[in-house]
Amino acid sequence: MVERLLILLAALLLALPAAAKEAETVATDPALEARMMVLAVELRCLVCQNQTIADSHADLAVDLRNQIRDMIAKGQTDDQIRQYMTDRYGDFVLYKPPFKPATALLWVGPPTLLVGALAALFLMLRRRMRASPDDFDPETQIPADGASDVSQAGSAR
Amino acid sequence: MNWRYLVPLGLFLVLAGFLGFGLNLNPREVPSPLIDKPAPAFRAALLADPAKSLTQADLKGKVWILNVWASWCAPCREEHPLWVAYARNSPVPIYGLNYKDTAKAGQAWLQQLGNPYAESLTDPEGRIGIDYGVYGVPETFIIDRAGVVRYKHIGPVTPEALRDKIDPLVKRLANG
Repeated sequence: MVERLLILLAALLLALPAAAKEAETVATDPALEARMMVLAVELRCLVCQNQTIADSHADLAVDLRNQIRDMIAKGQTDDQIRQYMTDRYGDFVLYKPPFKPATALLWVGPPTLLVGALAALFLMLRRRMRASPDDFDPETQIPADGASDVSQAGSAR
Repeated sequence: MNWRYLVPLGLFLVLAGFLGFGLNLNPREVPSPLIDKPAPAFRAALLADPAKSLTQADLKGKVWILNVWASWCAPCREEHPLWVAYARNSPVPIYGLNYKDTAKAGQAWLQQLGNPYAESLTDPEGRIGIDYGVYGVPETFIIDRAGVVRYKHIGPVTPEALRDKIDPLVKRLANG
């Protein structure tokens, strides 16, 4: 019995720091917190630009997480919250920017490069396949004077 | 010489060109979506007298500069003398936004370094800052007579930025 009590006490003590950490996040509702985190991982923290608002400890990220909590509590939709952020910080705040003329190159560029490179590779390989085997003979590639250089080096020794 | 050997060189030059261009961009300068949009609404208590407050509507009809600053912000200290000097001849009022600061620290800062502001608004929670898309104090906005944001400068203003960008635009808006 005493043993059990001790274990319980230890568990409670261990839980203390976790509870203290929870206190800084205002939300008490786990569902709200989960939804906030889902949104926060899509949003860039502009203070430390390679982190999301969910990751960052910057003051601004903390404020924006609180802002998202408030907006969820007020019953706003995810789209409304995303719109709120882009109205203030621009598309840059979204890790997944929308497809529009200004971002077309961003979305289309890499696949275009990949298709282009694959097409070039395919054409080159096909040309090699069709080339006659003589084209790959190394001796015909070395120019005559190059060959004489080698023989001169040999005779000088 | 076979022209084909020049292809990798050409590709390299194109790549180097892009990378060089990218290196010269400042990633901290994110274009603000607020440009040419109405200045976000606010009601803020004044730093000098918390009993009084000011709204963006009170400033309609005049061109004004909004400078976001804080006593904890080192780059603000760096740019501050420029604003103190500019305020002497500025054709338009400069309003400060004391961002996430305490009134005491803000007032002491102005007393020590000089006060270029017509008024300083207080934003202890950073709510106005969020509405203005502030992410790197100091920031400076220029707002025209119609209450539309015309320009945003992120980070401390330099003498060049003040002379070449801010001052000409302010004068043009004030005279136009």
